[in-house]
Amino acid sequence: MTTDPTRLAERLDQPARPRRTSLDDSPGYRVFRVVNAVVLLGVVAVTLYPFVNIVAQSFSSEVYIRTGQVNLVPRGFNLDTYKLVASDPAFWNSYLNTVIYTVTATAISIVLTTVYAYVLSKHRLKGRGLLVGIAVFTMFFNGGLIPNYVLVNGLGMTNTIWAIVLPNAISVFNLLVMKAFFESLPTELEEAAAIDGLNTYGILLRIVLPLSKAVLATMILFYAVANWNSWFQAFLYLDRSDLFPVTVYLRNMIAGATSATSVGAVETNAVAISANIKAVTMVLTVLPIIAVYPFIQRYFVSGVMLGAVKQ
Amino acid sequence: MTTQISEPAAEAAPSRPGKPRKTPRYRNTWRKAWKRDWQLYTLVIVPLLFFLVFRYAPMLGNVIAFRKFVPGGSIYGETWVGLRYVKMFINDPNFWEVFGNTMALGALSLIFTFPLPIVLALLLNEVRSRYFKRFVQTVSYLPHFLSIVIVAGMVMQLVSLEGTVNQIVRALGGDAVSFIQDPSWFRTIYVSSEVWQTVGWGTILYLAALTTIDSQLYEAARIDGANRWQQTWHVTLPGIRPTMITLLILNIGTFMAVGFEKVLLLYNPLTYPTADVVSTYLYRVGLVSNNFSYAAAIGLFESVIGLTLILSANAISRRTVGTSLW
Repeated sequence: MTTDPTRLAERLDQPARPRRTSLDDSPGYRVFRVVNAVVLLGVVAVTLYPFVNIVAQSFSSEVYIRTGQVNLVPRGFNLDTYKLVASDPAFWNSYLNTVIYTVTATAISIVLTTVYAYVLSKHRLKGRGLLVGIAVFTMFFNGGLIPNYVLVNGLGMTNTIWAIVLPNAISVFNLLVMKAFFESLPTELEEAAAIDGLNTYGILLRIVLPLSKAVLATMILFYAVANWNSWFQAFLYLDRSDLFPVTVYLRNMIAGATSATSVGAVETNAVAISANIKAVTMVLTVLPIIAVYPFIQRYFVSGVMLGAVKQ
Repeated sequence: MTTQISEPAAEAAPSRPGKPRKTPRYRNTWRKAWKRDWQLYTLVIVPLLFFLVFRYAPMLGNVIAFRKFVPGGSIYGETWVGLRYVKMFINDPNFWEVFGNTMALGALSLIFTFPLPIVLALLLNEVRSRYFKRFVQTVSYLPHFLSIVIVAGMVMQLVSLEGTVNQIVRALGGDAVSFIQDPSWFRTIYVSSEVWQTVGWGTILYLAALTTIDSQLYEAARIDGANRWQQTWHVTLPGIRPTMITLLILNIGTFMAVGFEKVLLLYNPLTYPTADVVSTYLYRVGLVSNNFSYAAAIGLFESVIGLTLILSANAISRRTVGTSLW
């Protein structure tokens, strides 16, 4: 089994069976293939529609959105809403916070995950089974919301970046992916390095990590996207709006319009923040993800397969 | 607190490099391991601290479900109160309502988000053009990369009074529905958005499993006169069965933890009757009303059910079909 993420991704493009057979030309199968293509195009359309809709709204005038006239193309095209959102210092501040949290959390996560996965990949290590068990058990049982909240408060991390970057520093799934990768590396290389006088730290830094660029890149992507998208940690542990990441900024904007505190206020509040401002904020929040998506997608696919094969 | 908890695992290995003690044989093996691999053991200290502090300490923290928690006091509570909080939720009619909602949402999600990726993977597998296949896959994975906040925002826009869904309703001659305020629509909205976001991503493992099926099996089936549909039924589906079962067990394990964040973002007091689930209820009881001990009792109950579900699903699957997670 190959463990190089890029090669794994290519394997997905291979057809699962030899293609042309006499049965392929039966009329029934030909009809099926047309129907199949139509169904799949339908899936594509349904998947893409919400994105197109939001982008169209972001360029439209509020009045057209409120009267339900914006679907696929902008009506009353203008860039005013973008200028409005871009001129809001709170928006840029939350955007900057997201960048800071994402970079810090990803760096911490990568170091901890790599180091632990490397140790877990050493089968000769006494107590290895226990170390694996400690990690895997947390996949199936967790302390729950309240004890976690009480703990983070008790450690005095509320309203600090630590509440965002530390509690989820290691993802056990990512840990198992890395462990599988390290296990697939040839042991001879490390043995040779040891004979040449490198110690464990040297082997990890100078032999193993340079060979692991592909999986490191995959892991960085996994963590970075997860951190970029996360909101709940920040929502729980940050009270000061100058610390909010952009997801919480957006959530408060959406919630301000819909989950009103008193039941009667729901309808009247619905226009409090106009739809095009929400649309612009959403577009700007997903923009970095969409921009890198075509390049990162295949790494994700192979990362998931790498993790799954090990199961 | 940290040091006290980390002692058994973190220190067990590294703490005995010193002089030989009474039971030489047992100690010796650990000593040899330490001598040979002490650098590996030192690497493990920080990640281990992470697990002990942020994963295992909260597990122990569940004792506040049986103790009275005083804000500002110990995170493990102040005085024992026994099963008081357990009795409280057993007698709490709200609890049983949210429990029912959790079951309903969990079951509906499972019914739709488990089989649909299999269907989509089978359809994709019949596509001859590599580029078309890759195009469909690339698009269908996309929603998986979105923040749940964005998904909730999109859902709200689509089902708003003037949103696309209501435009279709009107075009078909109906009256606009205030979907997001109507409890009878919450489950539909939740499950549809869940399908939208997860179905493409869910195909990855099935597509991978499909590539491993031996093509000779198809040839043999064809020689026996099997048509395309029979090949799918008798060769393809059995071929991806282990993958299906593994994913089913994992899905069952997360049954109780139905999309807490998504529900929290999508619901409102008007839709509580169908939308409120155990985790959102305990969030409100615990963090909004500050009743930590009661909420911890509910959370503990939820985790125990989740663990029981995954253990039994795993055991049943191992006995009946021979596939299991461990």
